Amino acid sequence: MTGMSAATGIVARDVCKSFGDHLVLDEVSLAVEEGTVLALLGPNGAGKTTMVRILSTLIAPDSGSMRIAGHDVVTDPDGVRAVIGVTGQFSAVDNLLTGAENLQLMADLRHLDRQAGRRRVSELLEQFDLADAAHKLLSTYSGGMRRRLDLAMTLVDQPRVIFLDEPTTGLDPRSRRTMWQVIRELAGAGATILLTTQNLDEADKLAERVAVLDQGRVVAEGTPTELKGRIPGGHVRLHFADPRQLRSAVELLPAACPDQDQLVLQVPADGTVEPLRELLDELHRNGVKVARLSVHTPDLDDVFFAVTGSHVGALSDQVPTPQGAGR
Amino acid sequence: MTTLAYALSDSRVMLRRNLKHQLRYPSLTVMLIGLPIVLLLLFVYVFGGQLGAGLGAHLGRHEYLDYVVPGVLLITVASVVQGTSIMVAMDMTGGIIDRFRTMAIARASVLIGHVLGSLVQTLAAMAILTGVAFGLGFRSSAGILEWLAAIGTLALFGFALIWLAVALGLAAKSVETASNTPMVLLLLLFLSSGFVSTATMPTGLRQFAEYQPFSPVADTVRGLLSGAAIGDHAVAAIAWSIGIGVMSYLWAIRLYNRRRAAEQR
Repeated sequence: MTGMSAATGIVARDVCKSFGDHLVLDEVSLAVEEGTVLALLGPNGAGKTTMVRILSTLIAPDSGSMRIAGHDVVTDPDGVRAVIGVTGQFSAVDNLLTGAENLQLMADLRHLDRQAGRRRVSELLEQFDLADAAHKLLSTYSGGMRRRLDLAMTLVDQPRVIFLDEPTTGLDPRSRRTMWQVIRELAGAGATILLTTQNLDEADKLAERVAVLDQGRVVAEGTPTELKGRIPGGHVRLHFADPRQLRSAVELLPAACPDQDQLVLQVPADGTVEPLRELLDELHRNGVKVARLSVHTPDLDDVFFAVTGSHVGALSDQVPTPQGAGR
Repeated sequence: MTTLAYALSDSRVMLRRNLKHQLRYPSLTVMLIGLPIVLLLLFVYVFGGQLGAGLGAHLGRHEYLDYVVPGVLLITVASVVQGTSIMVAMDMTGGIIDRFRTMAIARASVLIGHVLGSLVQTLAAMAILTGVAFGLGFRSSAGILEWLAAIGTLALFGFALIWLAVALGLAAKSVETASNTPMVLLLLLFLSSGFVSTATMPTGLRQFAEYQPFSPVADTVRGLLSGAAIGDHAVAAIAWSIGIGVMSYLWAIRLYNRRRAAEQR
């Protein structure tokens, strides 16, 4: 192995890809250190899936260099394929086989010997809670079971580098939690993981580092804490019972951001108690009745909307703008 | 293991997968094998009396059965390859092909699995059909060698059409298209010497029928099974098979490799 950082994990530099006139990836650079999780976060159409497809040797980039566990993606795709496992957005399972047969197929194609293959298959069936359904055809499987099987198939040969393209999209909350648990265990066991998600909470919970992709460019990158640190403050959401109350409140607090439809006013706040008491006192003195309130500390949502600026326009009615203007 | 050993192992795994598919998707398998049987009954019991009389004086249904069996065996081949096309298209439009492509497996093994699986299915379907034909009273003067030669001729031609079906399945944008295009083969078969002597056809059609691939294969098999003269039909049958097989193979491999480059998203 030559050079620690190049020989391990995932390194991508200046990856470009266009489909026809449409530039999907614009000089995307990423690095995932060995044994860590990177979440590639972005809205639909940001280029997340294209990036995963390029890194997993499914499509060729127009330009850029990529190495996975030391293997060049373009010149040594088979070397890459031998160390990666990929679970795509759409289930990559064989619908005419049973769960156990699907896993056995993977074991055979990974050239595990007979005994080791069988042992691994039953291990995975157990681990992914599929043992009862092992010998049923996939047509009887629920969406969550398919996803679990899909991931189990990816893990048959214990890949060192794992790509997960929106692994929890479309799952119910319970299956999502199970999936999170599995991903944490994989990371704990030392796998290098690149996962894509639209869910900021998911990125926050699972990933050491987050890269925000927007319209084919990486617009922000760092640990969840670093990214959250870039956003000045949180806010308080004041809920009102009727529009008149909301209007009065807006007059008092010109810096706040009203939402007429939901009868909500967002007031910049840093989460400390004194300013909040003053705020409520002032509203009370002026006879403005607040029905409910919630305190919002900055999270990746704020980061997301702050860095993917072009999308805020369409969503600004519901989206906090916690820049703290006027404070 | 060497690269070749891996390739063989991967192809064997894919073959097993395809044979399982045939068992797990019985409606398709039964339809593909059932169609030739239904057509055999139709040709023998509905058309056979009159068509048999056309074979010569004092001849009839029974003689027509002997005449038509090679034609119906070719229906079997055409029918099975329709299934090949459907299965290949199902694979290519489904998600699993992407999984295979991200694994270090012999690239061609996916296609080889389909081809060998279909070949097994073709031979099984022809065996079933021959059994039914014997049950209806088919008799052949062929000895072991002639039978082997007939099976070999049909298998070689089947092998060629299977590669053609694989290419059609790869070229199809949807499973529906893949299931329709191989129908052309069935039509081509009806415009051949499979069911009636080309001598009874109008000139233009006769010329077409005599110079298309199904006729020499049907004539060769009929000659082998009935003891009639084969002439140069056998050479034509083998030449057609190799020609179609090689062209289709090259086309299929090109389509298979190009899919990756053309991939959207």
